[in-house]
Amino acid sequence: MAIAEHELQLERVPWTAVLHDWVTAVDHKKIGVMYYLMALVFLVIGGVLALVMRFQLLWAESTAVSADTFNQMMTMHGTTMIFFVAMPILAGVANYIVPLQIGARDMAFPRLNALGLWLTLFGGLLTYFSFATGGAPAIGWFAYAPLTEHTFARGAATDFWVLGLLVSGIGSLSGGVNLVTTVLTLRCPGMSLRKLPLYTWMTFWANVQIIFAIPPLTAALVMLFLDRNLGAHFFDAQAGGSPYLWQHLFWFFGHPEVYILVLPAFGMLSDVIPVFSRKVIFGYEFVAASTVAIAFISFGVWAHHMFAVGMSRSVDVYFAAASLLVGIPTGIKTFNWLATVYGGRWRMAAPMLFSLGFLSMFVIGGLTGIMLAVVPVDYQLTDTYFVVGHFHWVIIGGTLMGLFAGSYYWYPKVTGRMYSERLARWHFWLFLIGFILTFGPMHMAGILGMPRRIYTYPPDRGWAIWNQLSSLGALIRGPAT
Amino acid sequence: MQDLSIFNPASPPAEAIRALFVLVLAVTGGIFVLVEGVLIYSIIRFRRQPPGAMEPAQVYGSMPIEIAWTATPFLIVFVLALILTRTEYEVRVDPNTPPPGSRPLYVTVIGHQWWWEYVYDKYDGQDLGVITANELHVPASEEGVARPVYLTLKSADVAHSFWVPRLAGKTDLIPGRTNQMWFQTKDRGLFLGQCAEFCGTQHAHMLLRVNVDSSDEFQRWLEDQKRPAVDEAAARAGRDVFLSQTCVNCHRIRGTSAAGTYAPDLTHLMSRQTLASGAVPNTQEQLRKWLIDPQRIKEGCLMPAFGLSAEQVDQLANYLGTLK
Repeated sequence: MAIAEHELQLERVPWTAVLHDWVTAVDHKKIGVMYYLMALVFLVIGGVLALVMRFQLLWAESTAVSADTFNQMMTMHGTTMIFFVAMPILAGVANYIVPLQIGARDMAFPRLNALGLWLTLFGGLLTYFSFATGGAPAIGWFAYAPLTEHTFARGAATDFWVLGLLVSGIGSLSGGVNLVTTVLTLRCPGMSLRKLPLYTWMTFWANVQIIFAIPPLTAALVMLFLDRNLGAHFFDAQAGGSPYLWQHLFWFFGHPEVYILVLPAFGMLSDVIPVFSRKVIFGYEFVAASTVAIAFISFGVWAHHMFAVGMSRSVDVYFAAASLLVGIPTGIKTFNWLATVYGGRWRMAAPMLFSLGFLSMFVIGGLTGIMLAVVPVDYQLTDTYFVVGHFHWVIIGGTLMGLFAGSYYWYPKVTGRMYSERLARWHFWLFLIGFILTFGPMHMAGILGMPRRIYTYPPDRGWAIWNQLSSLGALIRGPAT
Repeated sequence: MQDLSIFNPASPPAEAIRALFVLVLAVTGGIFVLVEGVLIYSIIRFRRQPPGAMEPAQVYGSMPIEIAWTATPFLIVFVLALILTRTEYEVRVDPNTPPPGSRPLYVTVIGHQWWWEYVYDKYDGQDLGVITANELHVPASEEGVARPVYLTLKSADVAHSFWVPRLAGKTDLIPGRTNQMWFQTKDRGLFLGQCAEFCGTQHAHMLLRVNVDSSDEFQRWLEDQKRPAVDEAAARAGRDVFLSQTCVNCHRIRGTSAAGTYAPDLTHLMSRQTLASGAVPNTQEQLRKWLIDPQRIKEGCLMPAFGLSAEQVDQLANYLGTLK
């Protein structure tokens, strides 16, 4: 009896020691788990912001929240979901899985790895600290100049936003450098680049993209900070600056960002599908090569976010053609996945369910992307709810769906326990139905002329029903996520 | 219910875009059916298999198949690129070369935080110089007489976007840049739209109203707008309030000393159907509410509540009501 008690006491480590152990961790698995948990916390916060917006838009001319509050929520929702949910959660999975897949003992620079994590977290906290200054920024997540200049965005909120993104951007960049170095130098003997598991391969390319895409954003943020605080005039048209320059710099980061978010999910799918179909992946070389094609072409399409700014017709046509082109390697991947599942001996477990969910949903997001790439059509659809529907379809139907597949797939590996297959099924169906119901109607609202980012709308436009359906979907999907 | 659908176009650019959109929908619809078809077939066929079924054949890939599903999309993309180029050149035309025989109207649109300023430059070869706000009036085309409307887009503060879905796609108004767009319609009546680029607190209430009048109505409207403001003796008291308060710093009323350019021109305020850029109907009741506290109607708008006395509000509303 006494001995048993004694042993129990030995096992009980004080919580401060556990905390110390995690905070000072440089182990890639621990860092991976912390990235993942941090992203989940921000996911809940970002989700709550979204539900408030859906509530406000339930009825025309609703006054549930004020205009400024809505604009702040809209800004913080976008910023949070991209920078503090999607990027960290993918970084977390990569941290955990990539060294295991290539037989490395850890990442190449373990301490830089820890730095990346904490910078990302502090960037998030810094951004949220803006609430303490009397309100979050209300500038939209792509923060078009000159609305972000001191003249139009008074108060310190926008400065916190700039600093938060600067700090977390440096965190992402260090993570990117680390991962690329790890894959290039720490593979186990005999594992040539051509033998890499597809998840590692695609994550590798996503991180190559991070290394090239983040610096322009960092530069733009520094310029904006100088504009706001030291009287520079980079984006101030009245002093000879160019608001248009911000758009180019931002989207030069912003479009590759989409692929930074979706390539790792492609990778998870490429690992999960063969396992649960009991077949090798169809056309490994083509799936691998199309990744490289995406990584390169996606750096030449950024201005398709800017078709309405009045670029010349030939520039518009070039960016339209390039944007259509980037659809081809994505299509090749889809066809190869289909060929892999075809004729397989399936095991319908949760990862496979989510993979099939991905295949059926992502294609829709891809095809609405084709519609938006066709310049003249984009003149009508850009900046409407159609676009909101489109990119949520890609990021949720693509990235998040793939992430769920990967998470269930690796859950036993990480926790040492098996998930409940019944709960997972409930999760899948609620998520799928809620997702379609939330974002499907947004396409309709956009076609009927509803612009995005409006805190309310007139009652006579027939947009209410689509917004109500959408809010209902959000309610179903909220707990499901 | 107002119809703003992009599938109900009333002007050549919007019509060309609808035609292209329908084509793209057909192409993408085909791809969608193909992919989902294969997927659903696979799910039905391979979902349940008897226990102890054979391992499936391990297929590592196939060069001919890969080439086929790489080349076909290339072909589709190539054709789409050609077609979209043609439409692009139809939708975006050079405003300096209107079609021969047409009677073009040129208007400069200036975006402000949260209202629209219209400067009528030229109609049918005549210089105009008429300035108004928020509600655009344009002439309808008729059989044989085209009246294209060319807009020059500028911004006074932040980025905005001019979008009336049934007339044309949207074009941004960006400070430091000058953009162009055009439309032309035979359908008389009211066309609605709104600012489509997030521009701050009241982005949602930066509404657009385009009135397409018959050519005679438009001509009459134009003549009315050219005249300076009326000066009725009965409304003198209100006029004095207007001119003695800070109203004049921001607003202009032609024919008086009020020459502000920061806020909408009020010379012919009563010729407009709405107040506050489409936020509320233009009635005496709403006007008084607006004068007492604009923030109650359009929170965050740049006009503050001036703390006018009840008498001043009466006089001002009375005066503004005469500005036909």
